Amino acid sequence: MLVTGAKILMECLMEQHVDTIFGYPGGTILNVYDELYNYEKEGKVRHILTAHEQGACHAADGYARATGRVGVCFSTSGPGATNMVTGIATAYLDSSPIVCITCNVASSLIGKDSFQEVDITGVTMPITKCNFLVHSVEELADIVREAFAIARSGRPGPVLIDIPKNITAEKCEYTPLPRREHSSTGKLGDLMRRASHDFKAPEPDEKDVDKLVEMIRESKKPMLICGGGVVRARAHEEMKALARRIDAPTAITVMGAGGFHGLDPLATGMIGMHGSQASNRAVDACDLLIAVGCRFSDRVALKPETFARNARIVQIDIDRSEINKNVKTAHHIVGDCKHVLEKLLEKLPEQMDHSEFRKYVFSFKTETEYDPAEGRLTPSQVLSCVAETCPKDSIIATDVGQHQMWAIQHFHFDYPGQLLTSGGFGTMGFGLGAALGAKAAFPEKCVIHITGDGGFRMNCNELSTEQYYGLKIIHVLFDNGTLGMVRQWQNLIYNKRFTETTLDRAPDFVKLADAYGLKGRRVSSAEELQEAIREALACDTGYIIDCVIDIDEMVRPMVGGGSHITDFMLY
Amino acid sequence: MNENKRWTLAVLVDNEAGVLSRVARLFSGKGYNIESLAVGTTDDPQVSRITIEVCTAEDQVRLLSNQLRKLICVHSVKILDDSHAIRRELLLMKVLCSTAETRNEIIQIGNIFRASIIDVSKSSITLALIGDEQKTEAIQNLLREFGILELVRTGMVALERGQYTIDEQTKEKGEFDYGKNVLREGL
Repeated sequence: MLVTGAKILMECLMEQHVDTIFGYPGGTILNVYDELYNYEKEGKVRHILTAHEQGACHAADGYARATGRVGVCFSTSGPGATNMVTGIATAYLDSSPIVCITCNVASSLIGKDSFQEVDITGVTMPITKCNFLVHSVEELADIVREAFAIARSGRPGPVLIDIPKNITAEKCEYTPLPRREHSSTGKLGDLMRRASHDFKAPEPDEKDVDKLVEMIRESKKPMLICGGGVVRARAHEEMKALARRIDAPTAITVMGAGGFHGLDPLATGMIGMHGSQASNRAVDACDLLIAVGCRFSDRVALKPETFARNARIVQIDIDRSEINKNVKTAHHIVGDCKHVLEKLLEKLPEQMDHSEFRKYVFSFKTETEYDPAEGRLTPSQVLSCVAETCPKDSIIATDVGQHQMWAIQHFHFDYPGQLLTSGGFGTMGFGLGAALGAKAAFPEKCVIHITGDGGFRMNCNELSTEQYYGLKIIHVLFDNGTLGMVRQWQNLIYNKRFTETTLDRAPDFVKLADAYGLKGRRVSSAEELQEAIREALACDTGYIIDCVIDIDEMVRPMVGGGSHITDFMLY
Repeated sequence: MNENKRWTLAVLVDNEAGVLSRVARLFSGKGYNIESLAVGTTDDPQVSRITIEVCTAEDQVRLLSNQLRKLICVHSVKILDDSHAIRRELLLMKVLCSTAETRNEIIQIGNIFRASIIDVSKSSITLALIGDEQKTEAIQNLLREFGILELVRTGMVALERGQYTIDEQTKEKGEFDYGKNVLREGL
């Protein structure tokens, strides 16, 4: 049967079992939205209309991070497409699988500076795993299938498909194809047969694993780093088993939070610029450092030349191009973290004991204590109160800055997908969109948006999306009236010259909540906060808890950029 | 070991729109100037081969080739270095020759380099020459004094010596040594 490009697109999304689409319509994508009308009516898919395309992209990203499945977002050409760029880059840097569908002006108008025309495949080339400009309706189905396979395979990431408007209206033959047959047909089949592209994770090399086993047996002071790869591979059980078996202190990176339980007796907390004393001292003292799914970013290996200077470094990563990129390693294994750790555990049956090193590491603090004071809250007070009062499996989405670091330091994440944060790209305004995506995926779970007054203001327009779709989110706002992290640097490095960081201005967040049909309350003590969280949990709409934080509160500890990992500026 | 030097990368890619910019972007995004670039289809019309030369350190060129391999449009990548690859480029050069005397002199120099004369006019002569950069530079140096009117080069193309191809990652040293000895002076 001959069907339109728009219908082929929708059918291909059905092949992928897409149940939620985040998006925003516009002139060029109208044919697709017209087709969507039928699919929504039949209850096959839910579309969530956000306030801005960036919100839609973050929501798809949040959905993907929380579920481990591919998130989908729609937008129109031109400004609609470019509004998604920050969201795509955020997903790219954190290896989150999303497929963005943009429609462009008709093929005959492309390249003529037509109304709302932009070369979005050109713009997004450096921030997508792959992108496609569809040339004919005949190739559309193949491209959508390929896009989803690319987004979720290997090291996941964003893929963009740009469809000229005429192609969404043109017709061609469409044959439904169940997902399991995609990899053996069409262009995707050709790709799979091509030796250089293993869409499945590369199988870890036996000899490489054997060598690591040997290195572990030789080591007296082994240490583990749990990176984002553990979260993406959902390898938290294996990570825990390995840490226990070799009795190694285990640090998390920002992206690794949730990959190793924050309250595990072997957990040393976060590592790097705002890493704990225990983590940073351990990495400096260990003789074997096994980094699982971690790319040693400049926020972890602040000074690559002296990072883990007494250790042989072993890197386990799915992406070969990450090996030796930032830090020179003594050994590496390329493969999916879950497979590699399974193999490793198999070959390493004996229980080890490194109590001496463990005692040394845990003689340092794994968490910072803050002095409480009248009239304001400390960061750890807020987070422990949230952790104690909210359900244990609550999903936490954050923006970027001080509150983000505090959340990772003091909220003890339990499972992969529990924390949604922009670790690589550091996108302020990510949290609300991501929280919406997670809530859409898990309506029964409590979703908490931890944010700051700066980040919240960036995309708080999505509160209308939250209210309209009844996607209840508890917003815990660290309100210090400043761009806290930038002020912290100004405080420490720029002689307290607070250029353009003070946010002594509107809005009143409680009134803002009211304007969007949500509830809100300003709190300045632990008791008030606890009450507010209880109210928020009982409330049937979203709730903004505006927490008063001191303007000069800092994230501690802190190691300056480019410094040796134990050269703390702040303890 | 990790000093900057000129590396040749051979890259097999899909013969499709946008592929060249995807590949080139990886270099420009990291601030590398592409020293030489040559693109053309292979015996399979769906596949093109790109030869890129770039000046960098060994660990960086390895990183670049790993990142190239990640691109979906890239089939295979191989780093070719001087010791086991043949590199050639075609140079076209239009030289001023105002008198018959200078014309003869230019033709003589051309013959020594095995350059072919492909166009002659009353006041100019155009030579075509195949070689690596040493050879092309040498002839330029000699002909500069006559006045080079225009010069164009195709960019370096390269193939591995011996029977091994871009699709094989391993090679035996003896094999390409043999090829080197026999074919060294050939084109």
